[in-house]
Amino acid sequence: MIREVNAAQIAETVARLCVEANCFLPRDVQERIGQSREAEPWAPAREILERIEENYHIAGDRVQPICQDTGVACVFLEIGQDVHISGDLREAVDAGVRKGYTEGYLRKSVVRDPLDRVNTGDNTPAMLYTELVPGDRVKITVAPKGFGSENMSQIKMLKPSDGLQGVKDFILKVVEDAGPNPCPPIVVGVGLGGTFDKAAYLAKKALMRPLDQRNPQPFYAALEQELLEMINALGIGPQGFGGQTTALAVNIEQYPTHIAGLPVAVNINCHVTRHKTEVL
Amino acid sequence: MAVKLTAPLSREEARKLRSGDSCLISGVIYTARDAAHKRLCELAAQGKPLPLDIRDAVIYYVGPTPARPGQAIGSAGPTTSYRMDAYSPTLIALGETGMIGKGKRGPEVIAAMKEHGAVYFGAIGGCGALLSKCVKKAEVIAYEDLGAEAIRRLEVEDLPVVVVIDSEGNNLYETGRQSYLSSK
Repeated sequence: MIREVNAAQIAETVARLCVEANCFLPRDVQERIGQSREAEPWAPAREILERIEENYHIAGDRVQPICQDTGVACVFLEIGQDVHISGDLREAVDAGVRKGYTEGYLRKSVVRDPLDRVNTGDNTPAMLYTELVPGDRVKITVAPKGFGSENMSQIKMLKPSDGLQGVKDFILKVVEDAGPNPCPPIVVGVGLGGTFDKAAYLAKKALMRPLDQRNPQPFYAALEQELLEMINALGIGPQGFGGQTTALAVNIEQYPTHIAGLPVAVNINCHVTRHKTEVL
Repeated sequence: MAVKLTAPLSREEARKLRSGDSCLISGVIYTARDAAHKRLCELAAQGKPLPLDIRDAVIYYVGPTPARPGQAIGSAGPTTSYRMDAYSPTLIALGETGMIGKGKRGPEVIAAMKEHGAVYFGAIGGCGALLSKCVKKAEVIAYEDLGAEAIRRLEVEDLPVVVVIDSEGNNLYETGRQSYLSSK
């Protein structure tokens, strides 16, 4: 049985998710910031974490963006194979972004061309990713991505001989290079394996995983924890003014790769790690 | 205790500030980020007047969200400063005494700050809702076509910032981290 989903319904949902994602910090991120503050031994760092908590409370109460960089709208659609979408899907997603960013008083931060840099005025187009999955549902995730942290992301095609040590060294180098720039405490999304583009996509996907959920494979779950401890021993701290809380979590997504390759992509996110999901 | 500052900020006042000082800024400051800085420096290169009084000016690197009806401004936290590094030495030489942003600055900016007497303040990145409460009035004074990137004249009250780099080149990103690490 094919299930009909109207493109207009997708547009409405995207519009609402754009506003909600930008104004309400996800519970898992809130909890991790609170835990980090309690564990933070450096008083100036604790004070900054308190301000960060005060900020997202104000944003939620006033339905105002947590951060003025309301990002590019990254939209992930998992579309069931048994769904038929009536209407133009691409157009519907952009219509949703246009409505959400305009009616929700969000900032329009997209330029139509990387070199001529004229603002599109409505934050379109979305960065749209679609995936076909079994079933008859459409799962929509909107993740506004700010560029203070996006600009601090890096990718490297390591050699197989670089191995686990090479991967750890590269991830730590990216965090060190970023320093205070991406608004620490940060969330570190790592994509490991695949191809050049697949690794980058996995790193972005890794940022969608709740911060209290570890990688299902025990080896990678332990590696995530080890890397988090190594990053938090660097001393960069909240805003880069020193302290333990440089990162809130390290999320790794791995995938098979070529015999000759070991791609690793590191996508940095700030403490305003935003995403909101709804299933139609 | 936070140091109370009034903007515009004289060179003399700027030189008194020390890296690590917590400050509350009140008075008139201007917003400008990437595209506005580019235009200001193009005007300066042609010897034309700027659309703002750059002498003793404090510039806040921010592109706010649109204000809801009844609000002075939307969310208004700092953007990453290194993207302005190519332009800041020109503006400092013309009279800019304070920059508010977040993140590292290049050696060319720090050299200009030392030469002319200017400071680099950090505001808490990602706290746009909190910081917006300090903005009492906002008015676009130039480059309206740039939208969020237009130059705005802001009237602020007790805007909380910290001196990251002072006019002697002392840098809280280096000393803060060292202090924490040596406390362990």
